[in-house]
Amino acid sequence: MTTEEFTVCAGVALFVLMLPALYRVAVGPTSFDRLVAVNVIGTKTAVLLVIIGVLFNRVEMFVDFALTYALLNFVGSLAVARFLNRTKPMPEEKTSRGSSRKKGAKAS
Amino acid sequence: MSFLFLANAPVVDESVQAELSRLEICGMTLAGLGLLFFLGAAVGLFRFPDFYTRMHAAGKGDTLSSLLILLGFALITFDDFSALGWLLLLKIFGIVLFIMLTSPTSTHALMRAGFEDGIEPVTNNPKRKKKGGAKKK
Repeated sequence: MTTEEFTVCAGVALFVLMLPALYRVAVGPTSFDRLVAVNVIGTKTAVLLVIIGVLFNRVEMFVDFALTYALLNFVGSLAVARFLNRTKPMPEEKTSRGSSRKKGAKAS
Repeated sequence: MSFLFLANAPVVDESVQAELSRLEICGMTLAGLGLLFFLGAAVGLFRFPDFYTRMHAAGKGDTLSSLLILLGFALITFDDFSALGWLLLLKIFGIVLFIMLTSPTSTHALMRAGFEDGIEPVTNNPKRKKKGGAKKK
């Protein structure tokens, strides 16, 4: 088995193993299940970009893509988590700016 | 027609290509191990009954398999010891370090958001079932 064949097989296996995560995105009972699966798929896409770069002999270009994709995935995942967390009303948020999260958790 | 000088060139390449270097074998082993861990993460994400257990499988398996696959392909591409090769290795190590920092962080944030949103874990304890989630209003 040459290196090129191994790289193609690894990329295809990575893509096929993303399909259960895609199933979890489609039928996940809560929205956080979908979010976890999207996070897994995003991380694996960053890895898959490096594999594509190895196949095309242009790793020095694709590594930057992978770094950017991992960063955007992290920021997007954190943003959606915060958004879904803040959809419930929190009355203590308006008055106290300091450790409002802990107070809100204790009060309710 | 004398195009035989064209046919001569690939023959030399095929004889050279036959054997793998030690670095490539190490890289293939690491990447195969990473694929195995990602198989575990995918099966866990597919079959586990609960949000928290699915999160457990996804967080751990995803992080470790990303690290192993990236390190393996860093070793596979690191053939020549030139400056460009070292820079490439450094960049891939940067991605590895970034994923190692951010993947548990986002897992923690998602788990905390789900817990504060009142998702209940699957238990056998009837008292816990009656009491309800963390912050249900």
